[in-house]
Amino acid sequence: MSRLAWRNFVNEVMLSLTAVCTLLTVSTLILILGYLIWNGGKSLNWAFFTQLPKGPGEVGGGMANAIVGTAKLVGLASAIGIPIGFIAGIYLSEFGGVTFPFIIRYVADLLNGVPSIVVGIFAYAIVVLPLKHFSAWAGSVALAVMLIPVVVRNTEQFLQGVPQSLREGALSLGASKWRTIVTVVVPASISGILTGIILGVARIAGETAPLIFTSFGNQFWSSGFNEPTSSLPVMIYNYAISPYDDWHRQAWAAGLVLLALVLVSNILARGILGRGTAANRA
Amino acid sequence: MATIPERKLDMASMRTFSPAGTQQASAATTKIESRNLNFYYGTYKALSDVSLAVAPNSVTALIGPSGCGKSTFLRTLNRISETIKNTRVEGEVLLDGASIMDSDVTALRRRVGMVFQRPNPFPKSIYDNIAYGPRINGMKGKMDDLVETALRRGALWEEVKDKLNKSAYALSGGQQQRLCIARAMAVEPEVILMDEPCSALDPIATAKIEELIFNIKNQTTVVIVTHNMQQAARIADKTGFFLMGKMIEFGPTDLIFKNPSKKETEDYITGRFG
Repeated sequence: MSRLAWRNFVNEVMLSLTAVCTLLTVSTLILILGYLIWNGGKSLNWAFFTQLPKGPGEVGGGMANAIVGTAKLVGLASAIGIPIGFIAGIYLSEFGGVTFPFIIRYVADLLNGVPSIVVGIFAYAIVVLPLKHFSAWAGSVALAVMLIPVVVRNTEQFLQGVPQSLREGALSLGASKWRTIVTVVVPASISGILTGIILGVARIAGETAPLIFTSFGNQFWSSGFNEPTSSLPVMIYNYAISPYDDWHRQAWAAGLVLLALVLVSNILARGILGRGTAANRA
Repeated sequence: MATIPERKLDMASMRTFSPAGTQQASAATTKIESRNLNFYYGTYKALSDVSLAVAPNSVTALIGPSGCGKSTFLRTLNRISETIKNTRVEGEVLLDGASIMDSDVTALRRRVGMVFQRPNPFPKSIYDNIAYGPRINGMKGKMDDLVETALRRGALWEEVKDKLNKSAYALSGGQQQRLCIARAMAVEPEVILMDEPCSALDPIATAKIEELIFNIKNQTTVVIVTHNMQQAARIADKTGFFLMGKMIEFGPTDLIFKNPSKKETEDYITGRFG
């Protein structure tokens, strides 16, 4: 084989390889999606959204409490995690020196890589044990701990992407550093920061392990944040490993609802990001 | 009310002293000046013993090859140089005879505005770009009027008056730079520093900005860094030549270009290096 033919051959092989890998990735996604929609869609009914779970072995009922519970857990976790992560991100990008931010950044990355079950144990130790019962508080703390490093690093990266000349422009008009950050730097990067936050929230919405021994679960409505609280991921886990066919059916439905929630927030995030970059290009 | 008698006094004093006071900078003929200024990036000395006095309502051009310290010098005048970590200033900068190191940095920067090499409009509407400075400084008066006045000073009003709510990014490069000058003018600075404001612009946009600089001279004092020697010759009353962190020569623009006293200056302006 001539040298040129060999090079063309290698080129063809590599090209096909990328095509095959792309196909594999996409088909896996479509398979999961299709299977879930098929099984979940079959099982989804109005009762799923409106009724409480029935007792073991009984047919029917729904997961209304788990849907609300997930909203509560994710909402409270966001209320704790987003402000802390956002402000820490501002600190890292705008105020940090050299050594301390390096440590914070490293810790944030480390925290990001901690297995979610370990985060659950942590929340169990610092919230469940002192209070002596499971609660939405505990679950939210666990989820917030997972959310913070994502928001910190994402916020920092988007703030770093704001050109230094914009900061200098504001400073040279007599703006203080804080004013510059609030009125120019953050608005210039807000679409990116928001997208990251939405993706982070979508991620914690699907977490199961940190909730199993923090918010635990509840067959009934939970009032406030001080009681064990049901959530979709934990319900999926419990129902999927149960011996009852109707519970399997409902687990599929719960999976579909959860996926729909995550998908919607993803699309929302991409919409915001797309709009943001379009404005920057104009 | 208080400004009127002050202005009269100012004009009277200038009439009396300005013909004689070219060499010795007295308080009345100096708006901003540096005394024995040294500047360090870490251990690298970027400015060495620079002393320069700028007269009020004048245009001063700073020329010199890349890396000679002229931009660094400009950035020390409103302390924007402090935003870069690990830098150090020695010596003094006086604004109206008072050290800028003693004044509040935000108050100083309101008095000494800056226009940058590349247009840096905020990602906001044209209107909000101009209104930004007056808003953060709590300036009194009707905002619409302030914006119009500033845009007129920036020679941009006619082109943008119908699209004030459009994004500033929709403007051309030259328009963006005039917007940035108008934005700086909106807070009515006493001195305006320009760091190669035309280097990213085409000749027509450059001509507009030069005209604009000439026009704002009666309201403010301009210090401009430029790589373009024709530009310096066209717009500047005085010109300073920088080389390797030192100010080699400073004097009336005519003299610098026609009859420089230092050999380095002559070599540079005749194109022998740089």
